Amino acid sequence: MMPRYTRLSGLEPLVITPDLLFVNVGERTNVTGSAQFRKLIKEERYEEAVDVARQQVASGAQIIDVNMDEGLIDSEAAMTRFLNLIAAEPDIARVPVMVDSSKWTVIEAGLRCLQGKGIVNSISMKEGEELFLEHARKVQQYGAAVVVMAFDEQGQADTCERKVEICSRAFELLTRELDFAPEDIIFDPNIFAIATGIEEHNNYAVDFIEATREIKRRFPYSHVSGGVSNVSFSFRGNNLVREAIHSVFLYHAIKAGMDMGIVNAGALMIYDDLPEELRERVEDVVLNRRSDATERLLEIADNYKAKKGEVVVENLAWRDKPVRERLSHALVHGIDQYVVEDTELARQESTRPLDVIEGPLMDGMNVVGDLFGAGKMFLPQVVKSARVMKKAVAHLIPFIEEEKARTGDAGKSNGKIIMATVKGDVHDIGKNIVGVVLRCNNFDVVDLGVMVPTQKILETAIAENADIIGLSGLITPSLEEMSQVAREMQRQNFQIPLMIGGATTSRAHTALKIEPHYKSPTVWVKDASRAVGVAQSLVSKELVDNFIAKVKAEYAEVRERHKTRGSGKPLVSLEKARGQRFTCDWAAYEPPQPKQPGVTVFNDYDLAELRDYIDWSPFFNAWELAGRYPAILTDEVVGKQATELFKDAQAMLDKLIAEKWLTASGVIGFWPAHSVGDDIALLPLPLREEAGERGQDSPQSASKPVAVLHHLRQQVDKPVERPDFCLSDFIAPKSAGKQDWIGGFAGTAGIGIDEHVARFEAAHDDYSSILLKALADRLAEAFAERMHERVRREFWGYAADESLDNASLIDEKYKGIRPAPGYPACPDHTEKGTLFALLGATEKVGIELTDSFAMFPTAAVSGWYFSHPDSQYFVVGRLPREQVDDYAKRKGWTREQAERWLAPNRDYAPD
Amino acid sequence: MSALPWLHPDRVALLEKGLRERILIIDGGMGTMLQGHQLDETAFRGERFVDGHDSAHAHAHDHPGSCDLKGNNDLLTLTTPDIIRGVHEAYLEAGADLVETNTFNSTRISQADYHLEHLAYELNLEGARLARAACDKYEAKTPDKPRFVIGVLGPTSRTASLSPDVNDPGFRNVTFEELVTNYTESTAGLVDGGADIIMVETIFDTLNAKAALFAVSEMFRERGARLPVMISGTITDRSGRTLSGQTAEAFYYSVQHARPISVGLNCALGAADLRPHVQVLANTATCFVSTHPNAGLPNAFGEYDETPEQMAAVIGGFARDGLLNMVGGCCGTTPAHIKAIAEAVRGVTPRALPVEAQEAA
Repeated sequence: MMPRYTRLSGLEPLVITPDLLFVNVGERTNVTGSAQFRKLIKEERYEEAVDVARQQVASGAQIIDVNMDEGLIDSEAAMTRFLNLIAAEPDIARVPVMVDSSKWTVIEAGLRCLQGKGIVNSISMKEGEELFLEHARKVQQYGAAVVVMAFDEQGQADTCERKVEICSRAFELLTRELDFAPEDIIFDPNIFAIATGIEEHNNYAVDFIEATREIKRRFPYSHVSGGVSNVSFSFRGNNLVREAIHSVFLYHAIKAGMDMGIVNAGALMIYDDLPEELRERVEDVVLNRRSDATERLLEIADNYKAKKGEVVVENLAWRDKPVRERLSHALVHGIDQYVVEDTELARQESTRPLDVIEGPLMDGMNVVGDLFGAGKMFLPQVVKSARVMKKAVAHLIPFIEEEKARTGDAGKSNGKIIMATVKGDVHDIGKNIVGVVLRCNNFDVVDLGVMVPTQKILETAIAENADIIGLSGLITPSLEEMSQVAREMQRQNFQIPLMIGGATTSRAHTALKIEPHYKSPTVWVKDASRAVGVAQSLVSKELVDNFIAKVKAEYAEVRERHKTRGSGKPLVSLEKARGQRFTCDWAAYEPPQPKQPGVTVFNDYDLAELRDYIDWSPFFNAWELAGRYPAILTDEVVGKQATELFKDAQAMLDKLIAEKWLTASGVIGFWPAHSVGDDIALLPLPLREEAGERGQDSPQSASKPVAVLHHLRQQVDKPVERPDFCLSDFIAPKSAGKQDWIGGFAGTAGIGIDEHVARFEAAHDDYSSILLKALADRLAEAFAERMHERVRREFWGYAADESLDNASLIDEKYKGIRPAPGYPACPDHTEKGTLFALLGATEKVGIELTDSFAMFPTAAVSGWYFSHPDSQYFVVGRLPREQVDDYAKRKGWTREQAERWLAPNRDYAPD
Repeated sequence: MSALPWLHPDRVALLEKGLRERILIIDGGMGTMLQGHQLDETAFRGERFVDGHDSAHAHAHDHPGSCDLKGNNDLLTLTTPDIIRGVHEAYLEAGADLVETNTFNSTRISQADYHLEHLAYELNLEGARLARAACDKYEAKTPDKPRFVIGVLGPTSRTASLSPDVNDPGFRNVTFEELVTNYTESTAGLVDGGADIIMVETIFDTLNAKAALFAVSEMFRERGARLPVMISGTITDRSGRTLSGQTAEAFYYSVQHARPISVGLNCALGAADLRPHVQVLANTATCFVSTHPNAGLPNAFGEYDETPEQMAAVIGGFARDGLLNMVGGCCGTTPAHIKAIAEAVRGVTPRALPVEAQEAA
């Protein structure tokens, strides 16, 4: 699946994946925002102006905003000149450009200079729809993404409602009239100054944040951006308070879905680090929590005002802490001022210089990694941290060398290792640490940096006559990339060992997805501390054979464990299985017609109603308490614990329902269908009478399918009276001449959960956090149960007078089933893509599918509805190549794709 | 933009059907084939250009005088059309499904080197007609195997994002607007001459290509209908970048807005060296993927000496690894190469388009 990401480019690609959390747009090449830059442009000191851009990129800007709007400058000429100049600088031109102007002619001049895919900032409906669409169309033809300001004929939107309304109207126009790609739309819902003393302004930040939440919910593929410094405008002159406001504002806006911003990100403070008092009062202002918020912030603002040339007092308190903590603080905050003296002190306190790296420095970097992962630190700050790390290590290297010389193991290298962060990934802290540690242990390390294409890694390995290749990556797509590198190494007949490392890598992934593709040693390295041991084993003639044998055996075992354990019973041929399909007397069967065909959305479903539908047994199992509810409450062994847990769960349910922590939303749909072999063809809905037209008499007659669902069939050797099932068996075949239907659903009870999980985790309350997640899962399942019940009784309505209690519902005592893609009856996850497209589940309900078709939020459910009275759940089980090939053909896949997606069911090893 | 209807919907349906069923074969190099004819200045001039300029041109008297025309391969479309058509037919005979028009340099900018700017439209029109006639002849013979004319838009001899002056990196000798004007005229000729597809190819500088794509989209808008567009970039050396510095992936994102039917790479490198970059496109592109590499790297004499068998063996590997939907040859390739390639990929499943959220009612 090709995920719907915004894909921009300079000389290099920038794909905005959720892993990026927040995209920093460099703000300083903007004449309206930077007096220094304005001066350089006015005086035509372009060389220095280019340096400003270079510095922006070097300090972590992922995109650079270029603005030349100034009355005394020929803006079009300046835009052209500047963009042409930076095009010649590969270290700047590698990132995409945001062409920023309020004048269309300047924007167009900029677009004519960009070979990559940049962003236009901005267009709006200020002058009406016609001009808006004309400009948007041009943007499309020039090949750029676009920032749309929440601005219409009436003016700039200030309330949440207006922001959402204008952005929605713009989205509708762009996608409907121009087929504009949603991922190429970035909304700027206007950040206005707060705490100005004017009461109407107090809610501006909340308006932005809430508008962001709603916009992201409605248009999940689009982005929300804004100029952050506006929000704190009333505190100009007090940079510390301003930065605190930015930090708090961003913390909440990012949680609501803001994923891009024009910021001086390198200067941002870390939310967790704001002094308690300041944070609370800033938060009151940003979130408009009390009427005297502004006064209360003003009261204390001066205490935090930095005077010229003087370091703020709070900033130095950390200097009194022990040296270990000082190093950690310096790393987290990217302060390199004292790092050399602290490192020296730490060295003197340690037995060996290497201990400083492996101890306090690596501990500090782990904190950085955690904060970044939690969205509390940004990329530029991480870059700064790495810089501090480098300085510290640089100080230690001579001592390490000296120690080596003294102990006599200097000189001869242990071996040469090529290291690289794979293509598509920019994370290199872990890799750098590993590199340092390896160097310290007498390995010769050639570090190729980040985003390194396969070919470059391999060519370098040959040129350098390397002994080992080490690959690193942090984001999930890097896993596939590493697998590609392994394949390519095999194809080019490499023999040297391959080491795999990085946060998302794992023993299982390496064993299953990488090692099988490469015949020479492939080893996963858990962390930097293991790297030396592994590398030494790999280069040592004495150790290598044993070591590799051990690793190979271990990986083989992992693979074995992951294989579905087949009974070993032989499978029958697909032809025989199809011959033994489930069937019924279709001539005598009247498929029930849904009362409400098409798609129905349930927004904000009543959680109190769902509570009664919870199936509690899996809840206890999640806590590793075995047994069925309600008997488990009085169980001899776990009864006491189960009762206590149940009490806590009930208390939290009371609270989460009363305080609306979670929102449940879902969507269901029904479509005319007939089965075609193992596929199910979905037909267009019959025209409805209310549309003023009569339905066709035979809706099946000439209609082309709107979608085809692909299903898999059991090939189990069974007695003749027991069918080999396939879900398509439960839908009337085309030849039956009956109008049958199929339904689908998707629902979540997890909207809003992040905030509360974060709250618990911040309070180190893991128990509540896990409890909440488990309850959200239960509510999602309960929602599925309740929707299904209403489907049977109301929407499809084939069991209008069904009346079952919850226990009977849990025991599935009703007619019809709701199998979910990815589960045993229909194990192919990718069918979820079709289901979601049919339902519009992402747009309407906000459940997203990842590349691997996992649902997000995680507390979500989806599946198909079958109404046939004899429909039942079954396990497709093992599949031989014959059916995998057949399925590939039906899906329009290559054999390799089919083998990949059906891997858990595959009964054979692919070639 | 893609809302426009197809200009020739039935041709597009045939093309898409072919692409779903198999790897389609593009023709090979034109230059190598013409070298074989050893054409001299007289042959290039033909009757119409006997004096080194265009006798049919109304403003011939403004002409600065005689100008050597040898080397202006596109001019042969007008002066020795039978030879050009012969090359097309040789490739069709070898098994090509798609034939590229002899219009690589048929832009005002490139023809200016011969003072023949005014021929731009005519060269494209006649170039497309010649290829059309050749394709129609072969399609009539084997109606179940449709043959398609690819109207070629070359890179021109200038670059919009690179400065030719080392002392002034901000200088440009061509602007986006000039390129748009050039490409608009050339595209009109190709469309009027009956091209099935427009291909922007041998892209050294993505900004030139974006100007071409802009012109093409404007032309389609004016005419209210569109042709499928193919885009093919050039990785100039082993750095793995285009001349203007982009990686293959960045290049694709820069042209994706044109919603091409295919994206690919051609020229500069042989197939083996192109492979990692074609792989990138195969992994990334939501459209079909093409490649038409050179017959290896040029030797010391500037000749290409990868044999049909060698090239076909490498391309066969591309195909079996699921990288390809369309394949052909560029510099140094001949009908023998195309025949060998066609045989090497016959029966191999074409690359499947990536699963996207399907459009549904």
